[in-house]
Amino acid sequence: MAQIDTRGMSCPQPVLMTKKALEVCSIEVTVLVDSKTAKSNVERYLNLTGYSINTIELDTNTFKISAKK
Amino acid sequence: MDSKKGIIFTGALIGILAVILVRFGNPVNMGICIACFIRDTAGALGLHRADVVQYIRPEIIGIVLGAFMMAFGKKEFDVRGGSSPFIRFVLGFIVMIGALMFLGCPLRMVLRLGGGDLNALIGLAGFVVGIIVGIIFLKSGFSLKRTYRLSKLEGYLFPMLNIVLFILLLTAPAFIFFSKKGPGAMHASMWIALAAGLIIGGLVQRTRLCMVGGIRDAILFKDTYLILGFISIFVFATLGNLYFGFYKLGFTGQSIAHTDGLWNFLGMALAGWGSVLLGGCPLRQLILASEGNVDSVITILGMSAGAAFAHNFSLAASAQGPSPNGKIAVFIGFALLLIIAYFNLEQDVKAAVKGGVKVGAN
Repeated sequence: MAQIDTRGMSCPQPVLMTKKALEVCSIEVTVLVDSKTAKSNVERYLNLTGYSINTIELDTNTFKISAKK
Repeated sequence: MDSKKGIIFTGALIGILAVILVRFGNPVNMGICIACFIRDTAGALGLHRADVVQYIRPEIIGIVLGAFMMAFGKKEFDVRGGSSPFIRFVLGFIVMIGALMFLGCPLRMVLRLGGGDLNALIGLAGFVVGIIVGIIFLKSGFSLKRTYRLSKLEGYLFPMLNIVLFILLLTAPAFIFFSKKGPGAMHASMWIALAAGLIIGGLVQRTRLCMVGGIRDAILFKDTYLILGFISIFVFATLGNLYFGFYKLGFTGQSIAHTDGLWNFLGMALAGWGSVLLGGCPLRQLILASEGNVDSVITILGMSAGAAFAHNFSLAASAQGPSPNGKIAVFIGFALLLIIAYFNLEQDVKAAVKGGVKVGAN
């Protein structure tokens, strides 16, 4: 499983980092994001590419997105 | 409002409001233009002395305050900064140079297309090429590094600055310059312009509409969410212009535009490439600046400085075409973008991503 921390990264890097992580480990990935924009962008990308996702809010505007194929 | 309907609605409203603003006095195909309006505001403050483009544009103030209130209400106001601030300033400066070569930001490019201005089609071609070049660097690991949490006050200052600008517009003290002729003298009444800005700011904050993001995400991720807003603005601006009789198909005789295809292309290519490196078009930067992103505030300041230099040094194009100085400035802009893009490549992006290994920490 790949874990990536995209906190503090600006658009579109959270999605790009997710994409790159999936190239290495395509089964399962966990993405940390710290804005609602990044959250919805990463979730949309994972949905588009056929992953089932589960997001939990760790703190105000900080989310952990878990995705599985 | 993270739905396709939401962004199509937002685009439609922007397209229609832009035409209504023209109906009430803004220049044709310039209902809203972030680059032009920042330039006009910089002129009103005397940062440049081009006396035809000086006015504190309430649309900008409205967009900022609308986005600020929306972000605040939705608990998304979050103060951040520290992601390559001076590089962002320079990028904002360069994007403005490109926009003033073309005569409009990406949003105005879409509005010009919606008015039948075919020069904007050439601008769009340049814009797409610029975005593709930017994407190549993004894919190669371009990054402006992380942001950090900052004090609340840091984030409140930008909306406050816009309230001060509005007071200056209302009171019109002698040291503020207002154009008596030219595009700067053409404007809808301040309350209409402010109201339009407030609506646009609030909706764009919700939907994250971005001209650069639309084309970028479609190419990079095959994600069409943002580009729907772009298309919607075009469609509804076209309909609005046809309805009010502003529509004029062709290259020549267009409002605040020139017909030099090469420089329309290069201007927008510069703006597109610079905006991809920044992560969003001028409109998006304005919204981010309003929701606490201090790096975007710095970008807006860079754009203001770029606008001031563009007019002080005769870099901006006019209806007659590009200026010799402007052509040189665009080339310097491309050289700077190449340097900035190259020296911010992180070589280890892919190497860092290994199964089971945490990646992405600085």
